[in-house]
Order: sequence, then C-alpha cells, then structure tokens
Amino acid sequence: MSGIRVEQVSKNFKDFTAVDDVGFEVKEGELAALLGPSGSGKSTILRIIAGLEKPDRGQIYLTGQDVTTQSARKRNIGFVFQHYALFKHMTAEKNIAFGLEVKKKSKKEIKKKVAELIDLVKLNGYNHHYPTQLSGGQRQRVALARALAPEPRVLLLDEPFGSLDAKVRKNLAQWIRDLHKRIHVTGIFVTHDQDEAMEIADKIILINRGRVEQIGTPQEIYESPHSKFVASFVGNVNVIDSFIEQDSIFINGAAGSIPYHASEGDEESGNAVLLVRPEEVSISRQNCKKGSIEGVITGLYYRGSYYEIHLDVGDNRIKSIVNKDEYLRLQWQEGERVYAYFKYYKVFDASGGFHKVHAMLKQYGYIE
Amino acid sequence: MRLKQTFSSGELTSLYYKHKWISRETMGRWLLVGAVLLWFSLLVLFPLWGIVEETVKKGVTIFISNINTPSSLHAFWLTLVITLFAVVLNTILGTILAVVFARQTFKGKLFMESLIDLPFAVSPVVAGLMFIILFGPNGWIGSWFNAMNIKIIYALPGMMIATLFVTLPFVVREILPVLREFGREQEEAAATLGASRWNTFWRVTLPSIKWGLAYGITLTIARSIGEFGAVLVVSGSIINKTQTATLRIHDQFTDFNYTGAFSAALVLAILSFIILNFIQYLYQKKEVI
Amino acid sequence: MNTKQKRGSFLSIPKGDLVLRSLSFFYIGLLIILPLLAITTESFKGGFANLLKQISLPQALFSLKLTFLLAVIMLVINIITGTATAWVLVRYRFPFKKVMDALIDIPFAIPTVVTGMMLVVLYGPKSVVGSFLDAHGIEVIYNKPGIILALAFVTFPFVVRSVQPVLMEMDKDMEEAAQTLGASRFTIFSRVILPTLLPAILTGAALSFSRALGEFGSIVIVAGNIPFKTQVSSVYIYGEIESANMQSALGTAVVLLTCSLLILILLNYIQRWSNKYEA
Repeated sequence: MSGIRVEQVSKNFKDFTAVDDVGFEVKEGELAALLGPSGSGKSTILRIIAGLEKPDRGQIYLTGQDVTTQSARKRNIGFVFQHYALFKHMTAEKNIAFGLEVKKKSKKEIKKKVAELIDLVKLNGYNHHYPTQLSGGQRQRVALARALAPEPRVLLLDEPFGSLDAKVRKNLAQWIRDLHKRIHVTGIFVTHDQDEAMEIADKIILINRGRVEQIGTPQEIYESPHSKFVASFVGNVNVIDSFIEQDSIFINGAAGSIPYHASEGDEESGNAVLLVRPEEVSISRQNCKKGSIEGVITGLYYRGSYYEIHLDVGDNRIKSIVNKDEYLRLQWQEGERVYAYFKYYKVFDASGGFHKVHAMLKQYGYIE
Repeated sequence: MRLKQTFSSGELTSLYYKHKWISRETMGRWLLVGAVLLWFSLLVLFPLWGIVEETVKKGVTIFISNINTPSSLHAFWLTLVITLFAVVLNTILGTILAVVFARQTFKGKLFMESLIDLPFAVSPVVAGLMFIILFGPNGWIGSWFNAMNIKIIYALPGMMIATLFVTLPFVVREILPVLREFGREQEEAAATLGASRWNTFWRVTLPSIKWGLAYGITLTIARSIGEFGAVLVVSGSIINKTQTATLRIHDQFTDFNYTGAFSAALVLAILSFIILNFIQYLYQKKEVI
Repeated sequence: MNTKQKRGSFLSIPKGDLVLRSLSFFYIGLLIILPLLAITTESFKGGFANLLKQISLPQALFSLKLTFLLAVIMLVINIITGTATAWVLVRYRFPFKKVMDALIDIPFAIPTVVTGMMLVVLYGPKSVVGSFLDAHGIEVIYNKPGIILALAFVTFPFVVRSVQPVLMEMDKDMEEAAQTLGASRFTIFSRVILPTLLPAILTGAALSFSRALGEFGSIVIVAGNIPFKTQVSSVYIYGEIESANMQSALGTAVVLLTCSLLILILLNYIQRWSNKYEA
C-alpha cells in the first residue's frame, strides 16, 4: 500500500475544531486537490500530513509507513509553501541544492541534480539570481525544484497559485499538470479555487468546516454532487426554493411544474431545494412540453464566448448560459416572457441535505 | 481515543506544547534564558537597586537638604532650560528635515541624510571640541560674536548648541521612515480636495506621525537631560553659572561629596525611569501600523 | 505651476519647499558640516607630520590602544549576548519577560554619569560585591574591569534592539521549509536564521562599537582618569583640553572622528547590502 493515507485525523486549536475526523487516500502517482473555502481546515490537514503540525487524533501513512509521530524533517516530503518561503539570501541554485546538502550528497552529485532540476523547471540562466530578482512565477518554480531535489516520496503544495495573477496562474497550473505526468510523484495540493482543482487534479477531496464533504474525480464531483454545498461550491449552480407535491415540483410564484419521481425512502411532499446548472437551463418561447416553468428575462450579458441570461422565475432569479449561435438566432429581449426547461436537475430536501438525493437524468431536450 | 505520543529526546516540535516530558531541547532553552537573565541582572538590576539603597541609607532629610542648595537647584534649572530649548528646536527642525528628505528630491540628498547620523557616531568630547574650535573666541563663527562681546563657549549659548547637536538625530530618524512609507497619497488626496499645504501638513501629515514624533521627542528629552561630555567640555562646569545636573554630579563626585553626588544622581535616575516608561509606551503605540 | 518649465529647474520648485530646504541646509550646515570642517582644518594646521606626532605621544597612543582594545572586546561580547537576548525575548516565554524587555532601554534613558555612580555603588570597594572581589585581587572601580562593566551597560541595547524587530518579522515559513528539507535545528539556525539576521547584528555591532569608542561620562566616574591605566581616549582628550593642550587633544580627536565617519559609511553599506535581499 503506497501513496498517502489519512485516517480519522482530528485537530483542535484551543476551543476551535480545525479538522474533524478526516480520512482519505491518495494513490501512488495520483495528484489530488484538497479543495474548500477559506478556513475550512485544508491547509491544516496538509501541514499535518507534512509533519508541521501534530494531530490530536488519527494516523498518517506515507508509502505504507505510519509517520504520525515522525517529525517533518524525517518524513522525506516535498513541501511548497504558499509564499514560497525561499531562502532570501541564497541564489536559486543554492536554494535548490539545500535539501541535497543536508543529505550530505557529494558536490558532483549535487551539481548534476541541480542542473537537471533547473532544466526541468525551465529556469536556465537564472541559477545565480536571488529570489528578489525573480518574478512570482519564477520563484514558484524554484520552490518546486527545491522541494523535488531530495526526491521526496510525496509532494505537498499549499495554495501554490494563490499569490500569482490570473494568466500566470493558468500557465503554471497546466505546467504542474504536465510535470506531474512526467515525474509521477504522489501529490496533494491545497486550493480554494475550484477551477484549478477541476483542471489539474486526478481526484478532488472537498473539505468544509474541517470535514470531508465529498471525494471523487472532477467529473464525479461536478455531475453528482452529494450535497448542496458541493453543488454550489464546484461550478455555478442555480439554487431554487421549491416544494414537492406528489409527483410534481412547484416553484413559488411561478406557473408550471417539473416532474418528480420519488425513489425508495424519499419524501413525497414538502419543501425542497432545486439545483440546476446554468448550462442546463434551456429557454423557449413556446410552452410545449410538460415541465416548463414561466419566467421573465431580466438581463442579457455578453461574456465573450457565450451569453448569460438572467430570468426571474417566480420568487427566484436564475441564470442561463446560451451559446452565441443560439443567442443570435433567437434574439432574446429584456422583459420577454419565456418558458424555462431544466434539462438536468437535482432535488434536495430543504436543508440541502446529504441523504435525500434524487437525481433526474436528462429527459427533456429543448424545443424551438 | 487519545493518541499516546512518544518523542525521542532530540525531537523538536515548535508548535506542540502539551508534552509533559522535559526533552533535552527544553533544558537547553531554560539554560539560555537563565544565562541571559543572569547577565541582565548583573548589568542592570543590581546597579539600579544599589543606587536607591545608597541614597536611602543616609535618610530622606539629608537627601532633600542636598537637593535644596542654591547651586543644586540652579543646576537642575539649567538642565531644564537647555532641554526645553533643545526639544523645541529639534522637534521643529527635525520635522522640517524629515519632510524635506521624504518629499523632495535634490542632489546630495543621500549624503546629507547620512550626515544626520553623525551625532550618534561621534564621541561627546570630540563633539564639544568641535564646537570649541568653531565657536570659541578665535573660531570661525566665535570671533564674530567675540567682537560683539557675546560669549558662546563657557556660557549658556555654547551649552545649548552642544546639546542641540547631540540630540539632533532623534526626531528626524523617527519620523523620516514613516513619512517615506506612508502619507504621500493622503497628502495628494488632501490637495485634490483643495487643502493648502500648511493645512495638509497640520491636519493630515502630522496626525499620522504623532506617535513616532512623541517617541522621538521623548528620546530627545532623555538624551538632553543626560548629556555630559559635550556640555562639560563646552561649558567649563562653572558652579551656579554653567553647571547642569550631570555636570554637578560629576563635580560633587570628584570633590568627594558623595552624598551630594548620589542625591542628584537619584533625582536623575527617577526621572529616567519615568521617561523610560514613556519610551516603552510610545514605542508600542508607534509600531501599531 | 508653469508646466513649460524644465523639470527640476530652480523656478519650478514651490516657494514653500525652497524655504524648507534652505532651512534644512542651514541647520545641517551650521551644526554638522561647519564643525566638521573646523576641526579638520584646525587639526591639519600644523601639517600632517605634526598630527602624527601628536598621536604618537606615549599617553595618547596608550589611550588609543586601550580604547580600541576595549571596544573590540565589547563588540564580541555584545554580539553574543545581544543576539542571545533578542532570541530569548522573541522566541520564548518566561516570567518577567515584559519587565525585562522594558528595562533593556534603560541605558538609553539614564545619564552616563548616573550609570557610573551605580557601578561605583555596586562594585566599589565598600560594597558587598566589591569587597568580595577586592579580597580576591580583582579591582573593579578605578580599573579596567570597571570600564568593561560601564561599556557593557551602555552598549547592551544596541545589538538587542537591532536584532529584535528583524527576528519578530521573520517568517516562520523559511524555517519550516528547511525542516521539510530535512535540516537539523543547528543547520536551520546557522544557514537560514543567522544569515537573515546578519545585517541587523552587524548594524547593532557597529553602533555599539562606535558608542564604546566615544563613551565618556560613565568611564570618568567609574575608572577615573589614571594615565596609562584607565585613561581611554575620550578622557585623554578631555584632560588635554582642560590643560589647554589643543594640539594633542586634536590629534587624538581626529583619529576618533575618522573612525566615527568610517562606521557611518559602513552602516550605510550594510543597509544597502541587506536591501538587496529584501526588495
């Protein structure tokens, strides 16, 4: 059993529970994202795995070995800090060489390895630059090379893209993805940016308030969220207050209804929350099929590659995404009365709860 | 289920403070703290206690009678006057200097800035010597005043100038970095709102540096009260004429009037403590940016 | 303001600024530049050879040697104790820490003569400690150990107060990074922490050295004015002034002054060097 395994880890700071019974596994060679809002405890979990914090309860296994009581310096991990933590008084080269010098490797070996890494992170020519002479993205790469130099069994990154601007971030993220494909080290990175997580992680571990919300591939998380939190955190989603009666879902203040098929154990009636992604909201001028809801267009926004349409549906305001062709073809106007169809939607009980999941598969196409 | 944690003696965890075993590392820590405390006590605490003890030993009445003599009172008065002068002048000019250095650019600015630190680096006796040469009866400037029969050296003016010199850097050094880092944008905002430059300074700039300013002024006061070497050289230490409190202490001591010396010293020591408190308080205040 | 005027030209500067600038020039000129010029010209009046002669007078030479020796000793002591004290104050918790932190500034607040008095009281022949040492042949007052004590007192805060803020602001990040890379406590201290602190330590050391060179008040009280025994340069200069031997006073004064200026330049360099890493 290799890779990283976290078992029932908890950590309290004074009277605040930062990490509450967290457990997950990252297989060898996988790159996982610890995703969650600020203050959710994800950085703490990462630091516990690294050995920079000790858990109050639980175990950490690295490549099958129980390292819970081991100090950070003995765990042979690579850690990239949010603000890089480069040694300011050392050149890029010396920074990268540090871990090897600590291991007392020969000068020749160190020189070779450092040169390899400089090449790997594409910083050729910057060997003798000090951190203050490097850009954010470059510092990031030095930090990465430094962490990789002693050939750690595991790579941990704490908000690696947090301090960079958008363009650099995108490039770097993709670059780390490629790097990971090449060197196959088991890795976890912490982020609050779900786009990043979706883009480069093999597996996403969603954390909220110190607890694991859901674990899965980006696709699983996006398509099959287990709770309202997950659905609204990852990707955009319309949250609509509704209520269920028998086999229909009604939205307050709007005419029309949506079909509802209860499964074993689901509620038959009561208040509910309807979750629909903007791209699954279809708009038509005709009320032809069962399952349409009446609404009024309140705004049309150009977004470059698509249009965003805001609708008032009963007491709710929802968003729809429509591609350029369709938009130009249909020529929507503000104030128009239209019919909205939800191609794919999920219904949760009113608290957005975890266990009353009921998903409707794609059933309705859209009508002209 | 509480996890039982065991550590080998060399293990470090800077963040885990619940363990009950005393590791080698903790013992080393306490040793260091102990050594530092010992050094500190030897150097500061014991001597401080000693002076209190010495003066109180002879009784409070003797202490008061020593302070109450005309020459003693005159010495304290002189110190007060000179200090006031130095504080007022160096506060105003120190602020001007800081504003000029922070907001204006001109050739030789860097050079002039480093000159400001000179009073810190120079021995007070050497400083006094410089002023004797410059302001003495045969000096470049002194000869003018001599012709008009105004005495600078061996008189109050000389002492004031010497004190000005040694206390020059304090205010400037305190507010210059603050002005450099902050305030330009606020001043510009004030300008766009139509405020005059004086108004801007008084209502926008000054409040932002007030704690640093207070801290600098306090240091100036402390230094001015305690100034000895430069003033000694420049004044001739003439009792009842050019003898400040510190000069008096020295004078009494070398005349073997120990009680007189200690009494005056105690007054200054108490004053220093009060000032020290202000120094501490203001330091905290000014650092809260 | 006329925008057609050349940037930086005399007329384009607002009148108020000009007034302030002139005042500044005047003040610095009167109090710093002029005195420096005066003393330099006066010392070289008799020629460079004469200056050397003044410095090589046996008494002058001895005082200079003594002064520098003591300053160097203090330098070493202060670097060690100052850094240790700063470390303890920033990193550890112990009873009375706040009190101690406040008291570190005492040498800045107390007049030097009062310092001298305190040391006499505590370590003079009549005191408990003094008589004890005396019995063992160690004379503190009116002897070199007394000077060392006085210097230790007045120069103590420099390194501490210079290192403290840097230590407080230091990101724990770098230390943790070194930990993850497998470094021992000692390695972290010597290769990560110390280099970061070096500019601050050197600045404090330079300031304390310069203070030790020039210290007068406390030494005069504690060690008196015994030529060839406890007479440091500042005291020697004072004695020469009192005896109206201006030339010999100037000779030694010039040496001290040159050192002061050199230290100022050094401080400047240290500042610029550390900025290289901090931008």
